[in-house]
Amino acid sequence: MGASLLELENITIRFGGLVAVSDVSLCVSEGELVGLIGPNGAGKTTVFNMITGVYQPTDGKIMFAGKPTTRKKPHVLTKSGMARTFQNIRLFGSMSVFDNVRAATQLHRAHGIRQALWRGRSHHAGEKEVEDRVMELLEVFSLQDFRDEPATSLPYGGQRRLEIVRALATQPKLLLLDEPAAGMNPSEKEELMVLIEFIRKRFGMAILLVEHDMKVVMGICERIAVLEYGIKIAEGTPKEIQSHPKVIEAYLGASGD
Amino acid sequence: MSRILKDPRLLLLIAIVAAVITGLGADQMNLYYRGVIIDIGIAIILAVSLNLINGHTGQFSLGHAGFMSVGAYVAAMITLAAQKSMGAEVLAWMFLPALLVGGLVAALAGLLVGIPSLRLRGDYLAIVTLGFGEIIRVIFQNVEAAGGASGLSGIPRMTGLTWTFILAAIAVYVVGCLVNSTYGRGFIAVHDDEVAASSMGLNPTRYKVTAFVIGAFFAGIAGGLFAHHKTTINPQVFDFMKSFEVVVMVILGGMGRTGGVILAAIILTLAPEFLRAVAEYRMIIYALLIIFLMIARPQGLFHFGRKRKPLTH
Ligand SMILES: Nc1ncnc2c1ncn2[C@@H]1O[C@H](COP(=O)(O)OP(=O)(O)O)[C@@H](O)[C@H]1O
Ligand SMILES: [Mg+2]
Repeated sequence: MGASLLELENITIRFGGLVAVSDVSLCVSEGELVGLIGPNGAGKTTVFNMITGVYQPTDGKIMFAGKPTTRKKPHVLTKSGMARTFQNIRLFGSMSVFDNVRAATQLHRAHGIRQALWRGRSHHAGEKEVEDRVMELLEVFSLQDFRDEPATSLPYGGQRRLEIVRALATQPKLLLLDEPAAGMNPSEKEELMVLIEFIRKRFGMAILLVEHDMKVVMGICERIAVLEYGIKIAEGTPKEIQSHPKVIEAYLGASGD
Repeated sequence: MSRILKDPRLLLLIAIVAAVITGLGADQMNLYYRGVIIDIGIAIILAVSLNLINGHTGQFSLGHAGFMSVGAYVAAMITLAAQKSMGAEVLAWMFLPALLVGGLVAALAGLLVGIPSLRLRGDYLAIVTLGFGEIIRVIFQNVEAAGGASGLSGIPRMTGLTWTFILAAIAVYVVGCLVNSTYGRGFIAVHDDEVAASSMGLNPTRYKVTAFVIGAFFAGIAGGLFAHHKTTINPQVFDFMKSFEVVVMVILGGMGRTGGVILAAIILTLAPEFLRAVAEYRMIIYALLIIFLMIARPQGLFHFGRKRKPLTH
């Protein structure tokens, strides 16, 4: 196992009187695939929002790549090597499939206003480079034939895949996936899990995978943490989690999910 | 469109040459028509630059007349002072620098207004920019050097067809090239979904301020052209109605559609000239048009391509 990439140290967040996440600690090492599961409303998305700088924890500290993320804006954290998808798909609705991914390549580029206005050789070389990279990514995810389609015209599963591609285009060390299988049927879920394992192998990044359906993540995660009502009730290998009494209780209580 | 844009520099060159040739023939042209055509050129600059802010980047600014007035006053004061101290013969080479300085001061105003207010969203930003426009107007009304409520008159008539359309072509080129690049997709990303944009490493504030500054710069240029076209300006010219008129052009043209916005600028400048009724009830007609558009054609009246998602933010 590699060095630790992401560390949550006793993080808590309150929204008014509601303690949405309470004293949660979690660690993700480089190249590791960790699952974060729990019933709806457990605080999983809120944890993502704290990691990515959308929310500031009320208490506790988050370290990413050895540095505290405190008060850093989402775009700064993304630049430092994390990228996410959203539980409720948030593609750029007026853009094509291609442009959605293209927009996510800008953060590491030196080209800006000057090249765009001058339109010299370096502008064209830069744009060609971007195009090649975007197309390569789209091909890996079999989206190349839809490059000029509006992103929102893709079927639901396609939109979810496009969100992953867009996140990958930022070249993250840590990929945060928020319920990527939501709304998919069992066979689509199966396919997606294979895809996630593939991403990890091919791009060699760490992945933190949020899912409320425990069965989905069992097969691919090395380690799983379980949240319930904002509290981490268990952490361990899939095997340990499956037989953990608190987890069984939480999931029986929340059955029908 | 994208095929022609393959080398937009060529297009810009063609437009400049066309502007120069048209300018050569302008002497024989009926003065009234020439005036209207210059009005159109100025409207195009205003609409295309506001389109960067309101259309592409999705911010609702109502301050364009304010930025325009900054450019108009600054440029006019420069040429008036130059004329007074050095005589009319310096005007020929003072005009363009005066326009440029007017644009730069307007851009600075854009920066000063933009940085604190761009964290605000939607209606709030609209209100703040509206307030800015009114404040600027009151300032000019009370500054003696700017002529107070009666404004400035006797501004040298320097604005011709050539410079108007060269500058309009440059405005179209700048906004078009900016947006049609990987860097420029950021403006549209901010428009579409600010949270997603920042999660992709794009700095929304930076993009918004950039749009504001560039938009304000060209509004200032348009103001300078306007001042040296009408030869008199006063604070009332740059009131809320002026901003609203430009907003209508952008909405009518389809928010972010350059071609549509140019067409809207042309039509809305011509309509009051040819139809008396339109001129009198202009604002009522504009307001009704906008309500109709928001309901029936959120993609803009002059946009006939693929349907864009309705503007909800
Ligand atoms: N911005 C917010 N303001 C108030 N409450 C919030 C906010 N974000 C999340 N919550 C609350 O925090 C709890 C956890 O939500 P969430 O993280 O979305 O759960 P999960 O992703 O596990 O389904 C919920 O009770 C939710 O209502
Ligand atoms: Mg959630």
